[in-house]
Amino acid sequence: MSIDTAPTVGATALDATSGATTRRDILHRLLMTLGPILIALVIAGCILLAVGVDPLAYYGFVLEKGLFSPLGIQQTLTRMAPLLFLAAGLIVAFRAGMWNLGGDGQFLLGAVTAAASAPVFVQIMPAWLALVCSFLIAMVVAMIWSLVPALLRAYQGVNEIITTLMMTFLGTSLANVLVKLAFRDPNTTVPQTRTLPVEDRLPRLFETTITSGLLLGLAAIVIVHLVMTRTAFGLKLRIVGANPRAAIHSGLGVPGLTVAVFAISAGLAGLAGAVDIIGVQGNVRADWNPAYGLAVIPAVFLARMNGFAAIGFVFLLSVLSIGGESAARRLGVPNHFTLVLVSIVLIVLALAEYFDHRYNQSRRA
Amino acid sequence: MSGFSSSSVDRRDIVALEGVTKRFPGIVANDSVDLSIRPGEVHVLLGENGAGKSTLIGMLSGLQQPDEGRILVDGKPTPITSPRHALALGIGTVFQHMMLVPTLTVAENLLLGGPWWRRPRTGELAARVAEITSTLGITVKLHAKVSELSLGEQQQVEILRAMVRNSRLLILDESTSMLTPKGIDELGALMRRLVEQGLAIVFITHKLKEAAAFGDRISVLKLGRKVGEIPPERFRALGEQEIVSEIVELMFGKQKDDPEAVERPVRTARAGTAPLLQVADLTVAATDNAPGLSSISFDIRPGEILGIAGIDGNGQKQLAEALAGQRTATSGSVRLDGAAIETLSVGERRRRGLRYLTDDRLGEGTVGTFPVSINFFLKQVGAAPFWRNGVEQRAEIDKRAAQLVREYDVRTPSLKTPVARLSGGNIQKVLLARELAEGAKVVIFNKPTYGLDLANTLASRQRIRDTAARGLAVLLISTDLEELLGMCDRIAVIANGALVGTVENADDARTKVGRLMIGLAA
Repeated sequence: MSIDTAPTVGATALDATSGATTRRDILHRLLMTLGPILIALVIAGCILLAVGVDPLAYYGFVLEKGLFSPLGIQQTLTRMAPLLFLAAGLIVAFRAGMWNLGGDGQFLLGAVTAAASAPVFVQIMPAWLALVCSFLIAMVVAMIWSLVPALLRAYQGVNEIITTLMMTFLGTSLANVLVKLAFRDPNTTVPQTRTLPVEDRLPRLFETTITSGLLLGLAAIVIVHLVMTRTAFGLKLRIVGANPRAAIHSGLGVPGLTVAVFAISAGLAGLAGAVDIIGVQGNVRADWNPAYGLAVIPAVFLARMNGFAAIGFVFLLSVLSIGGESAARRLGVPNHFTLVLVSIVLIVLALAEYFDHRYNQSRRA
Repeated sequence: MSGFSSSSVDRRDIVALEGVTKRFPGIVANDSVDLSIRPGEVHVLLGENGAGKSTLIGMLSGLQQPDEGRILVDGKPTPITSPRHALALGIGTVFQHMMLVPTLTVAENLLLGGPWWRRPRTGELAARVAEITSTLGITVKLHAKVSELSLGEQQQVEILRAMVRNSRLLILDESTSMLTPKGIDELGALMRRLVEQGLAIVFITHKLKEAAAFGDRISVLKLGRKVGEIPPERFRALGEQEIVSEIVELMFGKQKDDPEAVERPVRTARAGTAPLLQVADLTVAATDNAPGLSSISFDIRPGEILGIAGIDGNGQKQLAEALAGQRTATSGSVRLDGAAIETLSVGERRRRGLRYLTDDRLGEGTVGTFPVSINFFLKQVGAAPFWRNGVEQRAEIDKRAAQLVREYDVRTPSLKTPVARLSGGNIQKVLLARELAEGAKVVIFNKPTYGLDLANTLASRQRIRDTAARGLAVLLISTDLEELLGMCDRIAVIANGALVGTVENADDARTKVGRLMIGLAA
């Protein structure tokens, strides 16, 4: 067998054909993503009909409040800030094949440390530096919180789905305890941290109520996307995620990368908590737990861990959650119906994926 | 093939295979195999991994259908359409991996598979089990949980399950692989009692001694073909040692029309040069599912090919992984070009010029979902010029990948094609390109032609020869003795994790290696 025989692939021929196929791929992707969402909306509509609510009215209210009213869209965009950070953290973990489901615990601990530190820092240093320090502290605390599952997974092979979920219960409780015992504002009757004055919080964008945290969130998710797709570090993480045995065979330090993945993922979750507190809430009440961490997971899956697509889905999720709250109030639908809607989308999407896979297989055979 | 294939239509056969062929994409798993299975006989199917034993069992137990040829049950051509159908025909299979539910009791496991509308007939079962066990001389604790039983006891339960279902033919697939030596002897005795009751047994193994000790008739499979059979008359006439050496001859002997046969080029002796790779007393602890290595020592000089021969699973993979740094050695030294590397990481050993071409191409050699281009550089992630300051240089990667695709004749639709879509031969070319690229000094090839078709096999062997001709040291691990005899300068034989001898590849090497493989002095 000689290597002088005409090569089957020329470098130029490769590019010419791949352009057309990628365009078709993107179209196929869009269809496979938006189609199931439409089907899910119809199914959810049928459920609404069954409980005696006009689905068109429901969707109308959701869109009106979440998207088309000036106040609503501002709330929607503000809500996106922490969700984007959480999504960025999940993209890192999921692409590396590690299921960090402890986002809520990491988020709350980040939020509490930011809420506790920011009011103190603003009194002793310039406001911008104080906010930076609070962000850093929140990030570091969340990173430390992820060490237990990270080390267990890296060196003992303990399933991180279980450990991160368990740590999230502990983290939620710890955050609660910290608010009540350590950082409680003595001047209020409800247990909450000291409130960061509005003028010291993250500035709002232009003349709106939209937090500038939105820009930070967008930057975070775009940076994460680029790191994961364009850099050697991102490729190493993706190798670990796609085939851990190949990672060992290729000489990658898998335990070290595992700890790094958890640290980055949790750090971003901690930043999500900080951006919500320093940008919007100003303080943390003891029983506060918005559970954003779990809500974002479906959005990241729908986006197939693509950062840019995730921005779109996080926007959709924000519209749904802001609009859904309002629609629920006006039509007497339970507030959690948005969750039902999201889960129907996921199930339909999984089915679509399954049939698409079957179709591809039968076509290839 | 010997003249016994005519016996496959013998009326004494309860099951017979006639010219059965089964193909999978890229490989022929079984190539017109004839087999006759008779009551009162333990028919041993012998062959290495990949010889086609499992496929044959799959067809007998109804999991797969032959592409050509036919299966006769009681002399009538009968397609075995499903495992349920196989059971109804009286063919019971005990698979390599235990198929019992560990949290249920033995009795519950035996009752599984009954009609769902009927209450399990525990009383009836107890009577039936008592009847069977008393004639076989085994005891089975019906009310013990399966998880509390030893592996040997679990196997007895599986055999019992086949008996309760009135099997006439019992297939034991690699049944001894997880048993202790005592358990193996007990299984042998049990098989003897079963055939005395008129049962037919097909016993699959790759251990020669078991085949000689437990069998009545032996069929040897090699690369999907049946290369020979020792019928009972002959079997009884021979001593155990003679049978073993006859099997070795069948398994490793040279075929007359072997297209792979090549004359080994005569090499010039390089006795003067210093060894590139020196391994001394390398020891690895055994794990639950893999043998260890005991005190492995060898040297390889530049331009030399050292072969490692042996039956699969005797520590070959452990040796390769310990050298590459993927498996921690408990003691011993590995020197590359004079410098000790035994404490270095996988990546550092590679940078020093040690390359390991794995036999598990998709499992660890590549990331199947990643494009061909990235798979070329899987072991160089972050290195210039393909990455600068950690940022991927798409153009550099594609340029070099296209070059490697041409140079190594990788047949791929595009550089972006996920590597798992390529055929085994082309995936192997990707690995060869990756490992043999610049900077290699010592290359470990682990079963480099395993599962490849002839053209790719020959191409891979030529690459290996070229590698040695460039002055690199080559360690060639293979279970194919022909391959080793055709390529190596010296051949070491591995058995139970130890090198039992090293032979210069001269005219009598085949006999010497064969003797070492069956545990005799060379």
